Amino acid sequence: MTPTHIVSIYDEELKYLTRRISEMGGTAEQMVGDSVRALVNTDTALAQKVISEDVILDNAERQINEKAIITIAKRQPMAADLREIMGAIRIAAELERVGDLGKNNAKRVIAIQSLGMPRALARGLEHLAELALTQLKEVLDVYATRDTDKAKEIRERDDEIDAIFTSLFRELLTYMMEDPRNITPCTHLLFCAKNIERIGDHATNIAETIYYMATGTPPEGERPKDDHTTSVGAE
Amino acid sequence: MNIMTEAAAEAALEKKMNTVPLKMVGKDVSVYYGEKRALFDVNLDVRENTVTALIGPSGCGKSTFLRTLNRMNDTIGGCRITGTITLDGEDIYDPSIDVVELRARVGMVFQKPNPFPKSIYENVAYGPRIHGLARNKADLDVLVEQSLQRAGLWNEVKDRLHESGTGLSGGQQQRLCIARAVAVSPEVILMDEPCSALDPIATAKVEELIYELRSNFTIVIVTHSMQQAARVSQRTAMFHLGNLVEENDTDKMFTNPDDQRTQDYIMGRFG
Repeated sequence: MTPTHIVSIYDEELKYLTRRISEMGGTAEQMVGDSVRALVNTDTALAQKVISEDVILDNAERQINEKAIITIAKRQPMAADLREIMGAIRIAAELERVGDLGKNNAKRVIAIQSLGMPRALARGLEHLAELALTQLKEVLDVYATRDTDKAKEIRERDDEIDAIFTSLFRELLTYMMEDPRNITPCTHLLFCAKNIERIGDHATNIAETIYYMATGTPPEGERPKDDHTTSVGAE
Repeated sequence: MNIMTEAAAEAALEKKMNTVPLKMVGKDVSVYYGEKRALFDVNLDVRENTVTALIGPSGCGKSTFLRTLNRMNDTIGGCRITGTITLDGEDIYDPSIDVVELRARVGMVFQKPNPFPKSIYENVAYGPRIHGLARNKADLDVLVEQSLQRAGLWNEVKDRLHESGTGLSGGQQQRLCIARAVAVSPEVILMDEPCSALDPIATAKVEELIYELRSNFTIVIVTHSMQQAARVSQRTAMFHLGNLVEENDTDKMFTNPDDQRTQDYIMGRFG
């Protein structure tokens, strides 16, 4: 148990940041889950709800940044406290981006439903989304527990998402080649898949930040990558 | 073209830091005040042309250690010191050492500005005169001006050199004391909380001065302000209950210290 600060209001300020980050995490997780459900079920009402929730994350990020800046100015934080605050700023930015990506997927639901999308096409996305959501959920747990082993584990698991994204990419290309009428919905789905893959990357970034917050050093070694979409079609 | 990568540059800097000559070396230094032991086998090196900050809670032994570096503890009754402290390899506790000469080489600036109740000029000229550093009045004038320049005080006092030093503001008085310390061309300057009696502006001026003086002098500073240690020093040593807890590069010390006690202390948490 870390000892508390002599100035107790300082502890309150740090707790505020932790609490708001956790709240942001919850909202982001909810938004991503809803956006995928909306996509799979072409549920436009749910998609609208996701779109309207993005502002919550935008506001939360701004408030966290303001509080962090005031705390830095007033307390001149050192060592682990400084890393805690810098980490909060970074994680808030990552979560805000996760929200944007969820929102972007939700917007595409509305575009796709008017085209009438075959449900089978969305199936592959579900699995990708499940993995990304697990990463997000677990990294938020790690934010609460500061378990550095777990943070490393999450970071190393990102290549699974990359691999599925690559296969999904190929699958969607195949559908488009089969029938040109698939091109529009499949392009939207491709963007959705890319968005979900990016959410996985943000979860990884958060894991790295938490690792740094806890240890003071960045995690060692290159993060494993298995996204080969940049060379699809070139081989 | 020789392009240095960031990592290589960092490694070079580290190598440079590690090869900075040691000006003073404290080995197994213990200090007793009568029965009470105030320092426990402290091993601490002071690097040349470096600002070394000593931090730690009150009563941790940092001022005691500072005072061993120019034998200021000699004046305290019942004070006993074991271990060795060398200045350029020479044991400063050797019986053959002339303490007055030692203190000319290792000068000191105290917490409260303590100018002599004499003119500004005389405050600075006093040391060089008793140590015979100036051959004549012209020499002395030059030395006084140089010292006041170095202490960043010249422009403020050049037109009133013969007014009393005690008439200056607190911050000016402290810089006068620094000028006085600098005037005898010491090799090392010890500072015991030199800014604790000063306002933020005067503090900033003294800190700026410390930073500049580093190129000509080796400085050891005791401070209660962690921010000050972080701002002015390149090396920081943390004391606790008479022990040296950690000594590290200042940048490392304040972002990711190795010892939990250092961490708790600098973050203002109960240890």
